[in-house]
Amino acid sequence: MPACGDRTLMQPLLQVRDLVVEFPTRRGTLRALDRVSFDIAPGEVLGVVGESGAGKSMTGAAIIGLLEPPGRVAGGSITLRGERIDNLPPREMRKVRGKRIGAIFQDPLTTLNPLYTVGHQLVETMRTHLAIDAAEARRRAVGWLEMVGIPAASERIDAYPHQFSGGMRQRVVIALALCAEPEMVVADEPTTALDVSIQAQVIALLKRLTREKGTSVMLITHDMGVIAETADRVAVMYAGRVAEIGPVRSVVKAAAHPYSAGLMASIPPLSHKVDQLPQIDGAMPRLNAIPQGCAYNPRCPHVFDRCKVERPELLQAPETRAACWLFDSDAPRERAHV
Amino acid sequence: MNAVSRFLDSDLFYSFRRTPSAVISAVVAAVIILGAAAAPWVAPYNPFDLASLDLMDAFNPPAFMDEGSLAHPFGTDDQGRDVLSAILYGARVSLVVGVSATAFALTVGVLVGLLAGYAGGTVDAVLMRIADIQLTFPSILIALLIDGVARAALPREVHDQLAIVVVIVAIGISDWPRFARTVRGSALVERNKEYVLAARVIGISPARIMLTHVLPNVLGPLLVLATLNLGLAILSEATLSFLGVGVPPTQPSLGTLIRIGNDFLFSGEWWIALFPGLALVAMVLSVNLLGDWLRDALNPRLR
Amino acid sequence: MPAFILSRILQAIPVMLAVALIAFALFSFVGDPIATMLGQEFTPQQRDALVAALGLDQPVPVQFVRFIGNALQGEFGLSYRLSRPVADLIVERAPATLELALCASVVALAVGLPMGVYTGLYPRSLLSRAFLTFSLVGVSLPTFLIGILLILVFAVWLGWLPSFGRGDTVQLGWWSTGFLTASGWKALILPSVTLGLFQLTLIMRLVRSEMLEVLRSDYVKFARARGLRDRSINFGHALRNTLVPVITIVGLQLGSIIAFSIVTETVFQWPGMGLLFIQSVSSADIPVMAAYLLLIAAVFVTINLVVDLLYYAVDPRLRAGRGH
Repeated sequence: MPACGDRTLMQPLLQVRDLVVEFPTRRGTLRALDRVSFDIAPGEVLGVVGESGAGKSMTGAAIIGLLEPPGRVAGGSITLRGERIDNLPPREMRKVRGKRIGAIFQDPLTTLNPLYTVGHQLVETMRTHLAIDAAEARRRAVGWLEMVGIPAASERIDAYPHQFSGGMRQRVVIALALCAEPEMVVADEPTTALDVSIQAQVIALLKRLTREKGTSVMLITHDMGVIAETADRVAVMYAGRVAEIGPVRSVVKAAAHPYSAGLMASIPPLSHKVDQLPQIDGAMPRLNAIPQGCAYNPRCPHVFDRCKVERPELLQAPETRAACWLFDSDAPRERAHV
Repeated sequence: MNAVSRFLDSDLFYSFRRTPSAVISAVVAAVIILGAAAAPWVAPYNPFDLASLDLMDAFNPPAFMDEGSLAHPFGTDDQGRDVLSAILYGARVSLVVGVSATAFALTVGVLVGLLAGYAGGTVDAVLMRIADIQLTFPSILIALLIDGVARAALPREVHDQLAIVVVIVAIGISDWPRFARTVRGSALVERNKEYVLAARVIGISPARIMLTHVLPNVLGPLLVLATLNLGLAILSEATLSFLGVGVPPTQPSLGTLIRIGNDFLFSGEWWIALFPGLALVAMVLSVNLLGDWLRDALNPRLR
Repeated sequence: MPAFILSRILQAIPVMLAVALIAFALFSFVGDPIATMLGQEFTPQQRDALVAALGLDQPVPVQFVRFIGNALQGEFGLSYRLSRPVADLIVERAPATLELALCASVVALAVGLPMGVYTGLYPRSLLSRAFLTFSLVGVSLPTFLIGILLILVFAVWLGWLPSFGRGDTVQLGWWSTGFLTASGWKALILPSVTLGLFQLTLIMRLVRSEMLEVLRSDYVKFARARGLRDRSINFGHALRNTLVPVITIVGLQLGSIIAFSIVTETVFQWPGMGLLFIQSVSSADIPVMAAYLLLIAAVFVTINLVVDLLYYAVDPRLRAGRGH
């Protein structure tokens, strides 16, 4: 993968700063996202990885303004090309969704309305956001179906979702997400529900189309293989926080945060056979029991006193930025006994 | 922690306290149930004691009206019977029939559901087809038919003696499919779980597996269903009695009282029908509200 | 499509046969039709003649086949109570019940559907809560009590509407209709509301819960993510998907209106089939009961068929072959 220039010079397309999402519940408020920050540059693919419950999908939902109630953004900001979108009135936010930020969901079997033809769903999306007439919209819909690789698109446009296979349906979903030409797409586990044999095709399609159109992608997945193949940069999430963020090659080959390092070590290598994969002991804490200090400290092999008291911000590590006190250049290091 | 304090700390009780309609209806239901159960002691008169009836007292209006007196707070009927006392005794009959019919439907439904779910195959198909067919007919029609058949089949004296039992069975039979379906659904799911297979391998009898593993899993939904069904059963009984084919006139339920009162609507003695009607509504509404609350509280998805 | 309809009709046949068997069993084994028809005193010759005339000396399966054959021709014998052919009685009473059921269905649908959609879309609004409370009171009020209360208020106290009967009717061939006179319409109002109210609340609650369910679905979330307008999401996507299950239940509910009219007809002394049925139950008039049972079953089977056809029109998954 080619190196992608110096991103700090470019104005980011999407900026997420100290995003906090909370769920009020009977026994107190749960903090599902705790000061999450990252940028996505124009045309960039940011992979977001982490265990289930780490807050990946929640972050995606917050960006497109579709958090499930009673969840709500309780702090921080989300800006799209310098314009705040986390506090837009619903009417304005609707115009952002689809038009400026597209979305792809996990299960193509359930994301398409079974009662309408795929053509109808494409046309209604385009005509909501673009000033085109019905005939033009239909012409473009055929074009989109061709672009996502549906054979005999001009006939299949009048078919219903159930007449497509899962992989084909996800292609339709991709067409739906891109058809109003948004600046970025939030793809939440776009291949998880598909057959393994089809996953690679769909990811390749997504990658090709977004590169052609210059669309940024926030690719949420727990599949490191997909990330390694597709993303420019990757953010590792843990317990509602960003643990590490950096160029994909660096995170995969030289993860700085002990959690990402553990995560990468548990991926089976393709090149040679191993008898046993290392695993991280313990489990991610529940939202109502996140420890003080670094959320990872009970499981961390390098834990020391400070980790249990003070929460680390993202700090400059050799190749990435990691939320880990090991990389605090200002403080003397006091390693615990491993 | 003992059972009481554990209950007071439970999510169920928390949601109960947070739902005013549930608290109010629990109070109303408790008052009605206690009043009905203790009718012989708390009712001001015995409406069945013919000797105490005085036709001079007939058609007294309720106490808040000009000619009313506190002796008969809800007025009297055409026989001079105290309406309040008749309501208390009538609620007793309504509750007994409603509870018995629900218990009957529950028992039949659970047994059929377990059998269908566990046996599967043809047994399941036949039993559920019967349930489906029956479900498409309104239960009041089924109850009417059973009552009509009993009337035709039993000699008159026998029928009069058994009238209450006939009503209970008629309503119970008309309501069993709902229970059977719920139980069957869970039985089908549980049947294929590994622990059931394991239990079968080590020779535990199917009946025992059903009772110890499947049944506990459906207690929540069954409780909700039974509560809501109780409301329906009370309504069915009232409807049958109103139509004149329910409980015998010698043991009037609320429905019978309304039927009697209906004859005097036009002559201005509206209270004879209205107060039993209000009592019936209060009873069914509180049961239904409790059932609704229970359903929402036990269904975490709706929370 | 024809295969689909055919299979539905084939499925309906065993149901009708089962109901026919019950009706036949009622007819043949409950009570003693001979004694009922001949009264207290009769000679053995009279008895034998009647047994032969009714075919009661034949084997039971033969009797059953004859019963079905007669039923198909609308022949249900004589009413024990009125000594008139059951079929005549039913034909006479049917228009009153059907007109009442039609009006009640219109009331239930025209009010219940919008209320259900509204409460589904805005579950937390004050009006929705009011609707829900109303519906709960609606299901807790027995039909006969609603009727009595309406009579008390609108007929006894206000004197605006009649409390019983059909008003003036006009005879169109064998069909007597109340739709052509002012008094006929006035007489329809209270019974229709009484009969429709329960179904109204059921429809409202059903539509509401289906709406809530569909609004939580992935495709509605995805429609939101596509930035579609609220109106198009709520009505184009949510409501249309709600209709599939709603049609089934509503269809069956409207069918049961005919059976529920038993109670309403009793309260309002409405001269329909329900009143006829309740009179036969209290006097154990088995032929009428059996015929009514079969008729109601036929109505239900027909409605089921119509519901299936509507399904077919709404849901493309049934129409087109699966393309996997």
